[in-house]
Amino acid sequence: MKILVCVSKTPDTTAKIAFTDGNTKFDEAGVQWIINPYDEWYSLVRAIELKEANPAATIHLVTVGNADAEPIIRKALALGGDEAIRVNTDSSDAFYIAAQIAEVAKQGGYDLVFTGKETIDYNGSSIGGMIAELIDAPYISLATKFDLNGTTATVVREIEGGEETAEVALPLVVSCQKGVAEQRIPNMRGIMAARTKPLKVVEPAAVDALTTVVGFELPPAKAGVKLVAPDNVEELVRLLHEEAKAI
Amino acid sequence: MSVLIFIDQTEGHVKKSSLEAITYGADLAKQLGTTAEGIVLGTVTEDLSALGKYGVTKIHHVANETLNHLDAQLYASVISEAAAASGANVIVFSHNQTGKAVAARVAAKLKAGLVAGACALPDTSNGFVVKKTVFSGKAFANISIQSSVKVISLNPNSYKTVATEGTASVADFAATVGQPRVKVTAVNKITGEVPLTEADIVVSGGRGLKGPENWGILLDLAKELGAATACSRPVGDAHWRPHHEHVGQTGVQVAPNLYIAIGISGAIQHLAGVNRSKVIVVINKDPEAPFFKAADYGIVGDAFEVVPQLTAAIQKLKAGA
Repeated sequence: MKILVCVSKTPDTTAKIAFTDGNTKFDEAGVQWIINPYDEWYSLVRAIELKEANPAATIHLVTVGNADAEPIIRKALALGGDEAIRVNTDSSDAFYIAAQIAEVAKQGGYDLVFTGKETIDYNGSSIGGMIAELIDAPYISLATKFDLNGTTATVVREIEGGEETAEVALPLVVSCQKGVAEQRIPNMRGIMAARTKPLKVVEPAAVDALTTVVGFELPPAKAGVKLVAPDNVEELVRLLHEEAKAI
Repeated sequence: MSVLIFIDQTEGHVKKSSLEAITYGADLAKQLGTTAEGIVLGTVTEDLSALGKYGVTKIHHVANETLNHLDAQLYASVISEAAAASGANVIVFSHNQTGKAVAARVAAKLKAGLVAGACALPDTSNGFVVKKTVFSGKAFANISIQSSVKVISLNPNSYKTVATEGTASVADFAATVGQPRVKVTAVNKITGEVPLTEADIVVSGGRGLKGPENWGILLDLAKELGAATACSRPVGDAHWRPHHEHVGQTGVQVAPNLYIAIGISGAIQHLAGVNRSKVIVVINKDPEAPFFKAADYGIVGDAFEVVPQLTAAIQKLKAGA
């Protein structure tokens, strides 16, 4: 049983969002980088739980990024996982990134590929589906529960206004969200062990990016809150009806 | 050349988010000087020709029961076949649960550049540049697609549905439908409630309501507004409300026309789930609550007094209208 967990480096949730170079680059000044929370809390932890239940399983982490992504992948290794692979390139194009991971997935012959449901920077929810297509595997997105019985997975996924349960034979690609597992904090033993776990750097496959970021924009600043007195609720209703046209 | 719109349905009915995608796709087709066509998978109970009023002229229907449940691989294969048959150079999805599973697969299959989570029509004056939300609604990115075939998935509640006159021609599309590898064994829908991600209005409660037994005032307000109900993370974690109502960075991200937050302080992780709401109303007794900075309207006051009055005032407005 081989599991591949995709890990992405993202700005911390509370990071100030600003841009430089004429709004073409994310301003990294003072930004703290974290493992994308969906990758860390749900897909990685669920993979670790599967290995705890089946110690013969191996977990590989993969990230597509430059050398500055290594602290993040070491942090992920501190939680668990046997080794990590860094594809030495960077891109904002989902297809380019997915194609790199698909290459790693093909060569490693994994039974399971886990991603987070999205990254908190690009919010695309695209990588998992693309990997699945490129390696010709079924794909379950937005999983809230994942169980394995032999080589058959039972997955609960979010649908509009509810959820559904599906059974799928491995190999399989799954995007994970809240419910799949509970967040863990790395312990000292894990942090020490992570220092010596193998971190393999591979060069990217020749793939053409299909999109490029032309520029960024910040939303117009809110005009500021209009406060209504608590004894004048009818005024709020009037504003919502006549001014905001929201009711 | 055409714009192909994936029209998502559930239990035979076309989803609201798909009507938005149709309007968007039809407007885009007009901009490109071409026609808008749609594809519907699975058996439906609705009259599909009526979707013509949203601007789609032709609908390809694959009325195969196998497609009543989502298997992203099968869906992507059938949609790609339809895209080839209709000579589509742009394929439009809603960025809803189904779109998130399928659009990326179609894009990878066709080697087509994807913009997932678009919020406006492309700028085609110089290339093909699509605006999308990034950083959980805190910013926008303009993304240029270079490939000849392009895939766009549209954020729900970000493009206004416009219904006019018109009927679409509906034709069965003979696609190759393979064996599904995903077997759906149970569907568990919350009935009688507005789905949170599709709702126009969301009423959300936080720790300020003090306990699950106090949710009645919020439910009354939601009922009066025809709104979906939501909650903050601490409320979900404490099991005061079901987990699926948790709105925020790690929960559900919503983008309704109106978001009413009651007794929620507005931590940055919560705001990440509601940033894309058009109008935000905050009711909180703490004037320093950070949520007021992100709000359009606010009342500093006790929710237990304000909310029932608000419900009554809305009732009165409706009675007068």
